[in-house]
Amino acid sequence: MEIEKFSYDNKIVRNFGYATIIWGITGMLVGLTAALQLAFPEFFNDYLGFSWLSFGRIRPLHTNAVIFAFVGNAIFTGVYYSLQRLVKARMWSDKLSYINFWGWQFIIVCAVITLPLGITQGKEYAELEWWIDILIAVMWVVFGFNMFATILHRRVKHLYVAIWFYIATFVTVAILHIFNSFALPVSLMKSYSAYAGVQDALVQWWYGHNAVAFFLTTPFLGLMYYFVPKAANRPVYSYRLSIIHFWSLIFIYIWAGPHHLLYTALPDWAQSLGVVFSIMLIAPSWGGMLNGLLTLRGAWDRVRDDVTLKFMVVALTCYGMVTFEGPLLALKNINSLSHYTDWTIAHVHVGGLGWNGMFAFGMLYWLFPKIFRIKLYSKKLANQHFWIATLGIILYAIPMYIAGFVQGLMWQEFNADGTLANPEFLETTQALAPYYMLRSLGGLLFIIGAIMLFYNLIKTARSGSLLANEDAEAPNLRLVNAKASGKQFWHRSIEKRPMRFMLISIVVVAIGGLVEIIPTLIVDGNVQTISSVKPYTPLELEGRDLYIKEGCYNCHSQMIRPLRFETERYGEYSKSGESVYDHPFQWGSKRTGPDLAREGGKRNNTWHYQHMIRPKVVSPGSIMPAYSWMKENDMDLSTMETKINAMRTLGVPYEKGYEKQATKDARIQAKEIATDIVNGLPEEFKKGMNLDKEINKLRKKEIVAIIAYLQRLGVDIKAENEANAAAAPAKPAASDSTNNLKE
Amino acid sequence: MLRYIKHNMTEIEGISIYPILSLLIFTLFFAVMLTYVFRMKKSRIEEMGEMPLEDSSKDVSTNFLND
Repeated sequence: MEIEKFSYDNKIVRNFGYATIIWGITGMLVGLTAALQLAFPEFFNDYLGFSWLSFGRIRPLHTNAVIFAFVGNAIFTGVYYSLQRLVKARMWSDKLSYINFWGWQFIIVCAVITLPLGITQGKEYAELEWWIDILIAVMWVVFGFNMFATILHRRVKHLYVAIWFYIATFVTVAILHIFNSFALPVSLMKSYSAYAGVQDALVQWWYGHNAVAFFLTTPFLGLMYYFVPKAANRPVYSYRLSIIHFWSLIFIYIWAGPHHLLYTALPDWAQSLGVVFSIMLIAPSWGGMLNGLLTLRGAWDRVRDDVTLKFMVVALTCYGMVTFEGPLLALKNINSLSHYTDWTIAHVHVGGLGWNGMFAFGMLYWLFPKIFRIKLYSKKLANQHFWIATLGIILYAIPMYIAGFVQGLMWQEFNADGTLANPEFLETTQALAPYYMLRSLGGLLFIIGAIMLFYNLIKTARSGSLLANEDAEAPNLRLVNAKASGKQFWHRSIEKRPMRFMLISIVVVAIGGLVEIIPTLIVDGNVQTISSVKPYTPLELEGRDLYIKEGCYNCHSQMIRPLRFETERYGEYSKSGESVYDHPFQWGSKRTGPDLAREGGKRNNTWHYQHMIRPKVVSPGSIMPAYSWMKENDMDLSTMETKINAMRTLGVPYEKGYEKQATKDARIQAKEIATDIVNGLPEEFKKGMNLDKEINKLRKKEIVAIIAYLQRLGVDIKAENEANAAAAPAKPAASDSTNNLKE
Repeated sequence: MLRYIKHNMTEIEGISIYPILSLLIFTLFFAVMLTYVFRMKKSRIEEMGEMPLEDSSKDVSTNFLND
């Protein structure tokens, strides 16, 4: 047997390692800023009221940075290290490795620039604009191609289970990203989702849940199957269990998330099945967790000394907790309390900080000494990091759980006479102030820990020297493989042919995907149309784009559930037919502020004007950012024609030729609203004011467009009801722009 | 969360085949997988489990780190 000499590329591992830490700290700092904004809104409004720093814009930056920059780079770090060693081959192409590295960092930089500028598609965890989406797809394919080529040139017979997880991650993320990102560009910095309303929501949450599954979970499970045995220096507890874990996890996962969404839209039998699937997910998740923890059987004493193992044990424990909680949150009765509250925030942070964060830290503490060939600079500092990070997680999660319960229960509370106990939404937000402060402290501790890690690893790197190309040798098995007998059991043959393995993974994943996607496609023709629901006026459309730009959906839902405590507070529950023209949908997932689905006509234009530029003036104690720049910035109607055309292409019934009329209509409606706002101002404001001049100035501003949109929300359905009540044919109320403006 | 679009799906033709199909695929999938896993040879299982621990690296200078 011929022994071949080759080398492993450690430089790429180091690069991704540094990127993980740097982006990790950056993403967490952005998160801390967002947390502080909720805890100290006054301070931010008074001293840091920049548009690019407002909550609605930086919250997406936080989620994207942490998911795709921190966790993404950690995945690449671990995969580039472990894959080479598991297949005994250098990465197939160094060039592709480096294109992958620099391309990914470039994408992150694009995100860091565009998101604070409000350049967004307005779909959670998929906010990046269309051309960045294309870049992501290209870079992901570069990574996948390099990985497959490496696997095909391997010097081992079998593929270890970690690699299965990497392959499943690659194919599923590619499918999810491509399907969810279909959009029609109207300019370089603006596009509309190809889907609308219910369909958009179904695709988005199919993506959203499975992004958690296949970006935050499966790659890290693959890393767990490599690094835990490596750090513990013993094989995984049960390899059999790891096979069951893999297949059942990728099979069930893709059904479970959106299934509890989907099946609640279905008859009773289907709802039960959806819940069953979600509950079933506990089995493979816990199987994997136990497999990881039991790998340490008989070696628990080492956990006391080995800082990597400490981090990994906490990571696996958090994984166990979060995968137990997830299915519980899919139960309808629990979901009715938890949904829209900080409970969800607590849940994802146990996963993000605990599972992803702690695992990544443990892995880095193990990797850096290896590739720099020196002992860790300070074990003591690493231990302190462990404790401060663990404390940080606790201080983050517990206040957020309490905040979730408190607010959820306050929303639901009724007086004996049947009225809401907390009719003002604001009361329920104000009750959360202490928890928001504590949570910020928890986050701060976690970041301090990450900085300690950074310092420790830089010191380690400085005192050692990078082994950029690590020499290795192994027999060339390709020659041996060629002679393999045909007696092998079928699965061995698929492992040996990774392409076929990939195809089977796709099929397994696709079964769940198809079962969900087919009804999603059919649903389009099944959404009950509501005759009074009409397309937005051009100004409202512009306002809607601003609503998306400012990230209002991060705090405001537009989806009233058919629960008494919701309809009592907000009005009639939301119907699927109401959002048929919404590209993208803006249902939201968190209520830091009240739902806006029925906002139109509730308050007058002047109230909205004052509220937008200084919320606390009309709503004392409000934690909403002041959007003062919206009364300074001119609205940009230059792309209105393209926008109307794009909307028509996507199926919104604007009459042919209307695009020529649209800009003019927008100006007319803007002037009406501006006039109404100025006339409605308190007398002391108006004293000495040149009203005409003021109106003329105001009608060009962004604030007028967003008020037009807010005043339109839910108006159509009210018109339908009034029409029904009067037993008269429905008027095309919405197309008449002035109709919305009368109080 | 989406119970308000319940009516959308009750009207899809032949939707009742979904649960039956789902159950069949599901059962079949697990039957095949479990049969395969439990028919695997112990020696092979052990061989596979050892894979991360095999070191083909010639660099021994970091061996002290494993202590």
